[in-house]
Amino acid sequence: MKKNNLKLETSCVNTWCPGCGNFGILMAFKQAITSLIKKGTPRENIVIASGIGCASKIVDYLNLNSFCSLHGRPIATAEGIKIANDKLKIIVFDGDGGTYNEGISHLIHAAKRNIDITVLVHDNRCFALTTGQFTSTSPKGFKGKSTPDGSIEEPFDPLKLIMASNATFIARCYSSKVAHLRDIILAGIQHKGFSFIDILQPCVSFFNTSEFYNKKVYEMPNGNLNSEKHALKKINEWQYKKEGSRIPIGVFYKINKPIYK
Amino acid sequence: MNTEYSILIGGAAGLGSRRAGLFIAKLFSSLGYYVFIYDDYQSLIRGGHSFSNLRISVSKKLSSCFQIDFLIALDKRTWNEHKSELKKEGTLIYNNNQFNVSKSQAIGIPAQTIVQNLGGKKIMENIALVAGLAKILGIEWKILKELLTKEFNKSRNVNLQIAKKSFEQNKPLIKIKKIKRKNLPLLTGNEAIAQGAVNAGLGLYFAYPMTPATGILHYLAGHSQKFKTKTIQLENELAVINAALGSAYAGAPSMVGTSGGGFALMTESLSLACQAEIPLVIVNSQRAAPASGVPTYTAQGDLSFSLTAGHGDIVKFLVAPGDAEESCYWAGKLLSLSWEYQTPSILLVDKQISESTFSFDKRILEKIKPITYLKGDISNQYMRYQDTKSGISPLLFPGKKGAVVKANSYEHDEAGITIEDEFSAQKMQDKRLKKYKEMEKAIEKMKAVNVCGNKKSSRAILAWGSTKGPAKEAAEDLNIKMIQPLVIQPFPEKQMKKALEGVKNLVLIEGNALGQLGSVLYSYGIKIDAKILKYNARPFLTEEIKKALDKIWKNEKK
Repeated sequence: MKKNNLKLETSCVNTWCPGCGNFGILMAFKQAITSLIKKGTPRENIVIASGIGCASKIVDYLNLNSFCSLHGRPIATAEGIKIANDKLKIIVFDGDGGTYNEGISHLIHAAKRNIDITVLVHDNRCFALTTGQFTSTSPKGFKGKSTPDGSIEEPFDPLKLIMASNATFIARCYSSKVAHLRDIILAGIQHKGFSFIDILQPCVSFFNTSEFYNKKVYEMPNGNLNSEKHALKKINEWQYKKEGSRIPIGVFYKINKPIYK
Repeated sequence: MNTEYSILIGGAAGLGSRRAGLFIAKLFSSLGYYVFIYDDYQSLIRGGHSFSNLRISVSKKLSSCFQIDFLIALDKRTWNEHKSELKKEGTLIYNNNQFNVSKSQAIGIPAQTIVQNLGGKKIMENIALVAGLAKILGIEWKILKELLTKEFNKSRNVNLQIAKKSFEQNKPLIKIKKIKRKNLPLLTGNEAIAQGAVNAGLGLYFAYPMTPATGILHYLAGHSQKFKTKTIQLENELAVINAALGSAYAGAPSMVGTSGGGFALMTESLSLACQAEIPLVIVNSQRAAPASGVPTYTAQGDLSFSLTAGHGDIVKFLVAPGDAEESCYWAGKLLSLSWEYQTPSILLVDKQISESTFSFDKRILEKIKPITYLKGDISNQYMRYQDTKSGISPLLFPGKKGAVVKANSYEHDEAGITIEDEFSAQKMQDKRLKKYKEMEKAIEKMKAVNVCGNKKSSRAILAWGSTKGPAKEAAEDLNIKMIQPLVIQPFPEKQMKKALEGVKNLVLIEGNALGQLGSVLYSYGIKIDAKILKYNARPFLTEEIKKALDKIWKNEKK
C-alpha cells in the first residue's frame, strides 16, 4: 500500500479475516481520499457513514469524520448530514445485506431524489458477520446455515434496480482491482448527484468467489455513458443469475440531472 | 345574559364545515372571546359526517360542552346526529333547501338558492349559514365583511354577495357583547408545536405523513421562508428519524413528528440517538390504537410505550403538555434540553391537542430561549465522547478544521471508536447515566408538575396531556385540587410528592384503558384511590368527569 502522510489510519485493531476483500476496498478508498484532499477538498469536509456488518467496520479504521449508523440505515443518515450541510462530501459504506435487504427503500429513494452522496456497496453476496446466510444477491442454491439445502430464491441485480431508480452514476467494481476501484470511487465522489458503486467482494470465510471473479471480471472502456440503453446492455452482459458469462466492471451510466437540495 | 356559547357546525366532508367553524371562531375572537374548537372528522375525503364543536367563553376553556346552544346543519345528517345535544332553548340554523324541521327556534336558510342565484359554488353554502348565524347573534355586518374580505382572495366578491344576501334575510335574536380583550390568534396544537420549536432554533423538520401529526409537516412546509426552517418528507419513518439524526450530527437542530405507528418504527433509532448522544425531538401525537386503531380520533394510549421505547438503558426526556401553549413552550424547551444533554426527547401529545384549535396567547413564545450546548474546541485532540464530570461531552460538528467527529451506534470509546471490553462498556454506560442524574436535577428545577383548582383540598384529581383541560375545569367547578404532571421522564418525584401533600383521596383520569400513568405513579409508591378511564376514541368532557367523580365520592360516603 502506498504510504501517505495524511494519517488516515486510527489505532483501532483491524478485525477483518485475513484475505478479506474489504482490505482492497479500504486501500482503494484511502488512495482516492488522499487524492481528493490533494485536489483541494478539505479533509474536515469529508464524512463517511456506515451501517452494521463487516463492511461497516471500515469507519473505525479511518481517521475521518464518521457516523456508524444502524443496520440498513446509513444512506438515510448520510442524506440527513448532506441536507444539513451541503459543503460536506459524504460516502456511505455498507454491505449487500444492509443495502439490498434491510435498507433497500433508502437506496431506491436516495437514487430517485439524486441527492449528492456516494454509496459504496461491499457486495460479498452473503451475510458474513452473522456467519453466512443468503442475501438479495446470493445466487439461487446458496448453502448457508439458514438454507442448508440451498436458497430457493433467485437474486436480483442491484445495477438494474438502481437504473430503474434513476441513479445518475452507476458503476461496478471488483475489490481486487484496487487501482481501478480507486479511480471509480474518486469519480463517484466527484460526480454531482447520487453515485452508486457495487463492489464485488469475495468473502473468504463464507462465499469465496475470488477464483470466479478473477476469471470473469474485465475492465470495460468508458463510452456512451449517458445512454440508458447502452448501460442496460452492458449490465446484462453478466447473466447475473446464471454466472456463466463475463463480468464487465467500470462506469455503466453517468448523466447530469438537478441535484436534490 | 349568557356570555358562553357552544356552537356545533357539521356536514358531509367537502361541504366546508371546518372552515365555516373557523370563520365563526374568528368572529368571536375579534369580539374578544376565547375559542376552543374540537374538530371531529372521519378517515375519508368526501361524504360521511364531519363537525366542528366551538366553545366560546369569557375565561379560557380547553374542552367542548356536552350541550349545544347553536346547531348549524349544512346537511340533514348533522341534524339527525346532533339533535339530542341541542339545548331545549337552543337554536337550529339549517340549510332548508336540503330538509325541513318543524321546531321552534329552527331557522331555515335557503343556502342553495342563495348560492345558485349568485353564481357561487356548492361549498359556498357554508358562507350563507355563517352569515345567517352572524346576523342572528347580532354581529355587525362590518365585522363579518372585514373577516370575509381578509379570508377570501379569488372568490371574495361572490362570497361577500352570498353573505350579504343571507345576512339581510335574517333577524337578530340576541346581541353578542364585545369583550375588552385583545383579539387572540387561533392556532392548532400542531401549529403551536411548530412555532415553539422554531423559536428555539429548529433547523430541520423531517416527517412522513401520519394523522394527527401531519399538521406540523404542512404548517412548517408552508412557512419555510418565514421560519427559516427546512421541511423534508422522506420515504418512511425509518428514513425520517435516521436522516434527522444525521442532520443533528451535522449541527442542525432537528425534529421529527409522527403518531404511534410511525413512532413504533422509529424506536430502534431512538435507541441510536441515546447511544450516539444525538439531540433530537420526536413529536408523538397519539391517536386511538392499537395498530391502525381509529386514525382520526384521540387517545392517550402511548404513554407506557413512549416511556419504555428504545432497546437498552435509555436516557431521554418525555413531556406531555396539556394544551396549545404548553405544547408550544415544551416543543422549544425540549429542543433546548435535547441539545444541552445531547439525548433524544419525546413530546407526547394527541389528536385532541394537535388538531384542536385554541385561542393562543403569544406571550408564551417569549419564554422560549434559543438552544445552547457545550461547545468543543480543537486545542487538545477532539474526542466526541469525552468523559466529563457531568457526562456531557463538548460538541463539534463535521466540517470543523482540526477535529475528527465520530458518532457510533456501537458502544465506543471517548473518540467514538467501537469497543467491546468490559471496562469501557461500563464506563460509557456510566457516562450516559451521569447525564441522566443531571437531567433529573434539571427537571426538579423547572415547573414539571402543575397544580390548579383548590390547592388546599384533600380531594384531588390527577390528569395528564389533553385531559388537563376538562379535568382542570371540573376541579374548579367542584373546588378540588387538580394535579397535572407535565414531565413524565425523568419523573419529577419531589414535585409530585409535594403536590400530593394533604391529599387524602386521589382520582386518576386518563384517556386509555389500562390506567398507564397509574402504573408510573405506582412505581413511585403513589396510591390511586379510583380511576376514571375513557377509551372510546373521544376526548373527555368536563361534565363526564364531574359525573364520574360524583359517583365515586358518593359511594365512598356510604
